[in-house]
Amino acid sequence: MAHQIIATGRSRTGIPTGRLAVWWIIGSEILIFGGLIATYLLNRFNHGPSWSVEAANTNTFIGACNTFWLLTSSLFVVYAHAASERRDAAKTRMWIWLTILLGGFFMGFKTYEYATEIHHGFTLFTSNFWSFYYTATGLHGFHVLCGMVILAIIAEGDIKKGRNWHRVENIGLYWHFVDIVWIFLFPLMYIAK
Amino acid sequence: MAGHKHPSYLKIYITLVVLFIVSVVGPEVAPAFGAFAKPVVLLTAFGIAIWKAYLVCAYFMHLKVEKIYAPYILLACLSLLFVFFFGTATDAMFANGHNWVKPMDENEKVEEAMARSYVLNKDKHGGGHGDDDHDSEAH
Repeated sequence: MAHQIIATGRSRTGIPTGRLAVWWIIGSEILIFGGLIATYLLNRFNHGPSWSVEAANTNTFIGACNTFWLLTSSLFVVYAHAASERRDAAKTRMWIWLTILLGGFFMGFKTYEYATEIHHGFTLFTSNFWSFYYTATGLHGFHVLCGMVILAIIAEGDIKKGRNWHRVENIGLYWHFVDIVWIFLFPLMYIAK
Repeated sequence: MAGHKHPSYLKIYITLVVLFIVSVVGPEVAPAFGAFAKPVVLLTAFGIAIWKAYLVCAYFMHLKVEKIYAPYILLACLSLLFVFFFGTATDAMFANGHNWVKPMDENEKVEEAMARSYVLNKDKHGGGHGDDDHDSEAH
């Protein structure tokens, strides 16, 4: 049976259904990551001295590199969106794959960072600080990974076949949100020492 | 949002990179500001984070030209988050009360954290990232 799309053109808000759904997803993600960050702040206020000593062990250079990869990938995904509005499949796919590449850099650096920290004895169970560190950055890394997979599916499953151009904008919104989360995690985990 | 004129994404990106550099360098040079060191760290690290997030939301996510419902959705969720935060913070910030159990003193925690810190102990052991001699003190 052929797949029938029934809801894309129906919207009382004036926002296409897919994009509206992505805004709702981002709204729910604000509560998930915001809750984590709020709890982190509460603990940081209560246990400032010991958490400062623990935070001194995070690698600022790698955190800064990862911030740079994500900021640049945000530029690339917005270029992909602009190219998709021109219905330029080649450029759209190129920018999407460059975004995925930078997402890969992020994951590679994160993996090296985790390996180094675990090697030095800092695991999920070492202390409350490290529990927060691995939970927040791990959940964020999972979102990056999901974004990379969805971007690849859109590039090869939709744009290559010249259909569902609006999905580039939708995944772009998600990708920017993932970037924003990192914008806040970076100073919390790597800068405030 | 095909109908609107795109802003210069490159200019916004360059602004974001400059802000990012300030957010990294600011806390490093903050001790030179003496009594103002803490406000400098807060401003450069967290103030700039809010500014960066605004730029990404407004221009990369096109919230400036999006229908008003989208910012309403995000603001509603942010408001809920603040309700959660202030609802729990008033209680969680107190470290005493009925049936309160505090397994370890903060000073003990600091000592424990310092003992396992490879950054603080690397001069003592002559190592850094990737040295095996820290494994024995890690736990």
